[in-house]
Amino acid sequence: MLRQAEGRHMLPGGAMVPRLFRLTDRHQDTADTFTMMLEPTDGVPLEFIPGQFTMMSAFGVGEVPISVSSPAKVDGPLQHTVRDVGSVTHALAHTQIGDVVGIRGPYGTGWDVEDGAGADIVLVAGGIGLAPLRPAMLDVLRHRQRYGRVVLLYGTRTPEDLLFPDELKRWENLGVEVLVTVDYGTPSWTGRVGLVTTLIARAGFDPRSALALICGPEIMMRFTAMALIKRGLSPDRVRVSLERNMRCGVGLCGHCQYRELFVCLDGPVLPYARVAGLIGVREL
Amino acid sequence: MRTIEQYLPDHPFFAGMDPKAVAVVAACATNVSFKTGEFLFREGQSADQFFVVRRGRVALQVHGPAAGTMVVDTADAGDVVGWSWLVPPYRWLFDARAVEPTGAVSFDGACLRDKCEQDSQLGYELMKLVTHVMFNRLVAARVRLLDLYGTTKSTNPLLSPLLSETVISHPGATDAAPS
Repeated sequence: MLRQAEGRHMLPGGAMVPRLFRLTDRHQDTADTFTMMLEPTDGVPLEFIPGQFTMMSAFGVGEVPISVSSPAKVDGPLQHTVRDVGSVTHALAHTQIGDVVGIRGPYGTGWDVEDGAGADIVLVAGGIGLAPLRPAMLDVLRHRQRYGRVVLLYGTRTPEDLLFPDELKRWENLGVEVLVTVDYGTPSWTGRVGLVTTLIARAGFDPRSALALICGPEIMMRFTAMALIKRGLSPDRVRVSLERNMRCGVGLCGHCQYRELFVCLDGPVLPYARVAGLIGVREL
Repeated sequence: MRTIEQYLPDHPFFAGMDPKAVAVVAACATNVSFKTGEFLFREGQSADQFFVVRRGRVALQVHGPAAGTMVVDTADAGDVVGWSWLVPPYRWLFDARAVEPTGAVSFDGACLRDKCEQDSQLGYELMKLVTHVMFNRLVAARVRLLDLYGTTKSTNPLLSPLLSETVISHPGATDAAPS
């Protein structure tokens, strides 16, 4: 079972009060995406599990949910990979080294990739969806002997939009089967062009026991889940990271309610079997 | 070295096809290879072939005055390339370029059409295979049309806290409404 946030009705004190984190470094991943390296001003590291998110504040502008992209249970800065697409993320993009941002959380469920011990692990990322999957991949690589084959299927818009290209090579060198495709290619691009689902038939994994983790736009996740199930995976062994409008992050405001689910508490990571009947329902 | 007739049943496109039917279509086939950068076919040329890719990678591309050359799809080992041999006026609509050394089985389109005309059962079997691939390509093309990873249409607040940016109300948050 995926972990639930503890005590929906027993919220910890100060759940709405952000902690302060200082920007210590910043890496421009693509033209509009960057990774922030953050250190807590109180010196207490943020503990999280892969797949969880935080509510991140640009003071004076607003707050957004951002998945953690750094490895869990490892010393080092908290990392958030952010796409500059709105007012808050734009403000975060212009944060200077030494500036302070607010962090609430972590919130929500994780990938619980350890459920795949003894089996093959298939990670499927679409676009910036690779960032929330990165902690899961790093966790698998840290405990590599626990798992069978490890596969990463990654689709993005153009070759210029590829996230973590150096890390993709490193993972490949560590024995991960990394298959990448883009929606639009140029003549200089010698890789694949096409939808990420087309990679599923090519990947080497045993569908009878594999655990699949999918993160990307919801339509992409829907088609990917269907393709994985067609290949033989049980819907219980397919996990998705749901996308819903989040505000409080602690199950109070109801913005992220998805019929009986609060995505901020019950998700964002959920078994596809649990949401298959909900995804695609209009006005839900 | 296996013959084409021996190889074809192992290719995903022909998987499940009656071996007798495979033998018939194999009579229209020859092995071909292409160096990196070599074109399998060019837009506007007579479309008289159909390729089953055995190894390497083929890029389907189109050229426009503004965008330049764009690769719209690729075909790897296990894929097939070329439908225009099947549809009048039998002219290629795209360029197909080998982006790495590529080996393929090339089918003579006119030969295949003749055999399908003569044997409707064979034609039906072949059309089912072709339709399956075309269906998958059409679905993939339609999903890609959505430009899911693009900036303006993405809706995932966790992935790209876009315009539905879940921004706490603030006078500065002018782009908080979904497009």
